[in-house]
Amino acid sequence: MWGYIVRRLLLGIPTLLGVTIIVFSLMHLAPGDPISAMLPPDAPQEVVQMLREQMGFDRPLPVQYWLWLTRVARGDLGRSIATRRPVIEDIRSALGNTFILALAAACLGFTLGSTLGSFAAFSRGRWPDKVFSAAAITGVSLPHYWVAILLIIIFSVELNWLPAMGMQSTGSESSGWGEIARHMILPTIALSLIPMGVITRMARASVLEILSQEFVMTLRAKGLWSRTITRHIVKNAAPPVLTLMGLQFGYLLGGSVLVETVFSWPGSGYLLNLAIFQRDFPVLQGTILVLASFFVILNLMVDIVQSLVDPRIRRT
Amino acid sequence: MQQMPSRCERLLKGLVWGVWCLLILGIAPTPVMAGEGRGGTLRIGMTAADIPYTGGQPDQGFEGFRFIGYQLYDPLVRWDLSQGEQLPAIVPGLAESWEVSKDDKTKWIFHLRRGVKFHDGTDFNADAVLWNWDALKNKDVPQYDPTQAGLISARATVIKSWRRLDDYTVEFTTTRPSSFVPYQVVYVFYVSPTQWEKVGRDWRALANSPAGTGPFKLARLVPRERAELEPNRDYWDKKRVPMADKVVLLPMPEATTRLAALRSGQVDWIEVPPPDAIPGLRQAGFQVMLRPYPHNWTYTLALARPPWDNKLVRQAANYAIDRDGICKSLLNGTCIPAIGEVYPGHPWFGNPKQRYEYNPAKAKELLQQAGYDGKSKRVKTSMLVSTSGSGQMLPLPMNEFVQENLREVGIDLDLVTIEWNALTQRGRQGLQHPDNAQLGGMNISYNFQEPQSAFVRFFHSTSVPPVGANRMPYLNPEMDRLIEAAESEFDLDKQNQILAKAHEIIVDDAPWVFIVHDLNPRAMSPKVKGFVQPQSWFVDLTLPWVEK
Repeated sequence: MWGYIVRRLLLGIPTLLGVTIIVFSLMHLAPGDPISAMLPPDAPQEVVQMLREQMGFDRPLPVQYWLWLTRVARGDLGRSIATRRPVIEDIRSALGNTFILALAAACLGFTLGSTLGSFAAFSRGRWPDKVFSAAAITGVSLPHYWVAILLIIIFSVELNWLPAMGMQSTGSESSGWGEIARHMILPTIALSLIPMGVITRMARASVLEILSQEFVMTLRAKGLWSRTITRHIVKNAAPPVLTLMGLQFGYLLGGSVLVETVFSWPGSGYLLNLAIFQRDFPVLQGTILVLASFFVILNLMVDIVQSLVDPRIRRT
Repeated sequence: MQQMPSRCERLLKGLVWGVWCLLILGIAPTPVMAGEGRGGTLRIGMTAADIPYTGGQPDQGFEGFRFIGYQLYDPLVRWDLSQGEQLPAIVPGLAESWEVSKDDKTKWIFHLRRGVKFHDGTDFNADAVLWNWDALKNKDVPQYDPTQAGLISARATVIKSWRRLDDYTVEFTTTRPSSFVPYQVVYVFYVSPTQWEKVGRDWRALANSPAGTGPFKLARLVPRERAELEPNRDYWDKKRVPMADKVVLLPMPEATTRLAALRSGQVDWIEVPPPDAIPGLRQAGFQVMLRPYPHNWTYTLALARPPWDNKLVRQAANYAIDRDGICKSLLNGTCIPAIGEVYPGHPWFGNPKQRYEYNPAKAKELLQQAGYDGKSKRVKTSMLVSTSGSGQMLPLPMNEFVQENLREVGIDLDLVTIEWNALTQRGRQGLQHPDNAQLGGMNISYNFQEPQSAFVRFFHSTSVPPVGANRMPYLNPEMDRLIEAAESEFDLDKQNQILAKAHEIIVDDAPWVFIVHDLNPRAMSPKVKGFVQPQSWFVDLTLPWVEK
């Protein structure tokens, strides 16, 4: 088992390197640069050029990439060009905020998704199946930024029940966990729609596939209790759903740029959005590297959990 | 025998006692003195995506100056933003007075205010002024900061050197005789050198605990989330001690988020509400502030090549625009038509021959004279436009509106859409740069806050990129002469008259297509009192307070 984990971790290194090369190239191929974003539009070109030289942006791209990579190897993600803060500090606080939101959205989306999907499969062709399948398609299809705006209009503007933005009170009063929880409700709902829909569909398909297998009929023929049969079905249907949950949690951790921007939630999606507009290469590179690492680790964890659930996977 | 008091006397006595009781109980109305704090927490939703830099010269454009620069710091001279009826005047700030040397017009002497202290308790004096200018312009000193130097590079262009005459007198030397010096020092803020040393000579660390001399102190900074400002009760100008107990600045780049935050009571003030939300805000009792200020939304034209090398075509384009249509039907009254660089009534407007009303017939006639019949021979050109951006208002629908106006008179305009950051980068290169060789022009909004911004950087022949923003480029010896005459004229009225002449030429020559002036829309809760909307990009945050 340990050999398997180490092998998978080593395989993650070229993946991460590939990701950073692609992001680095794309950012530098796109028009615009960080100095332009930082200075006022009327700053003369010669001042821009002077700052570019001072910050090393006039060097060849492979040299810039190599310098960045060697710094990262020493554990230094650099400093933000726009704010001059250490990138790691920005990422730490943003990821913490995104993690809270992602966890809440995952709990809501995964619980609802697996429950509704299983119910739909067990009542195939009847009204619960149709209703839950429709809910799943709606969840996947609705643009979540649109849902976010709709939630704000209803619950913040019209009913004035919940805050529209941020993760803390805007006033001078102190903000505890209760306040954060209140601010989380709307973004959590908006963010959980897609995982809820995706998991519902996958759970339904997976349970239906297991239901059609002969061993289920055998279990029924043997006269086992329906609760025991259900347990067997769920256990066999779980691996693909678990894989998908892992991937979905990865996406959630990546932060939804749109939902976080609409709610001004200071997470990694918001940070990425800002870094793109400011052409803040160190922040962008650092954030994507950390998020890609999360994906690699999450995939590995999913594989480990799967192999525990289904020993056949470990053997292959 | 003692006489009984009359009924009238008893009434008077009772009245006196009553007033005393009221005073003792604190019920009597007392005159509110500036800075006693009518109170409240003023929460502002900014359009910026991050808190502007708080450790000195702010970033994030003029929004940084508006909410951080002029609040935490003071310049030597400042804008008087306490009224909105007229353009703000330059008034004493950290300098009590200033004059240009009678013998040598390149020497400016500033007499500093005594008794001013930085927020860290240290004295503001001539040494502090010199230290700060070194930080911005002298690469050989430890405090030199290239980023801040870059931020003020376009604003403090003529000041060459500085020296101390005594503890409270500083002399600046300029590269040429220039009456525009006060308009340049108004953008430079002063940081406590002691505080910079205290935070380990680190400009980034200084952002967390800055020490300026301004009416507000930074109470708390959460990067990308909020900055909390508290009144500086020891502020040197007792008339400008802030009225509010606290100001909270919140970055909200999304217009819909700002709107929702205001309507749900999470903030008291938002910058730039979406135009289509303004009637609803008014109906719901919110205050909507609109006032002209030095902003223009224009097309900067490539003057060195067809079709815009022909003045008749440029004038035709100016007559083809339905500016009222843009302002009324598209932007819900948040702009006014622009028929020049500055708006009518401005001291520099003058009396140009061309008055660009919406006149498609005249536009077609001018195009005929220029050799374009509008059918077989139409004007074909392109314009680089952005999807969003600072001061760009609603660029896509506005550009499409203008495109349609121009098409109707025989000008086929191809809109080349790119992202704002890329557009500013292309703008700096100028329209003569090979990257822009295929373009007919670009749509970038500008400010004309003072003569340097309004005239020198755009219309003087020495401002052609890479040194300035004369992107077209506009090369006119008469314009150079007028700008130089205005710069060397130290009498403000006479200077304004010269600049008005320069503006008349600009309007008649039409190196730009003048389209609209933004009205600087901001919306506030009815609880916000005392705010004055000036004709400026900046505001005085010491004036408003929030009713509890």
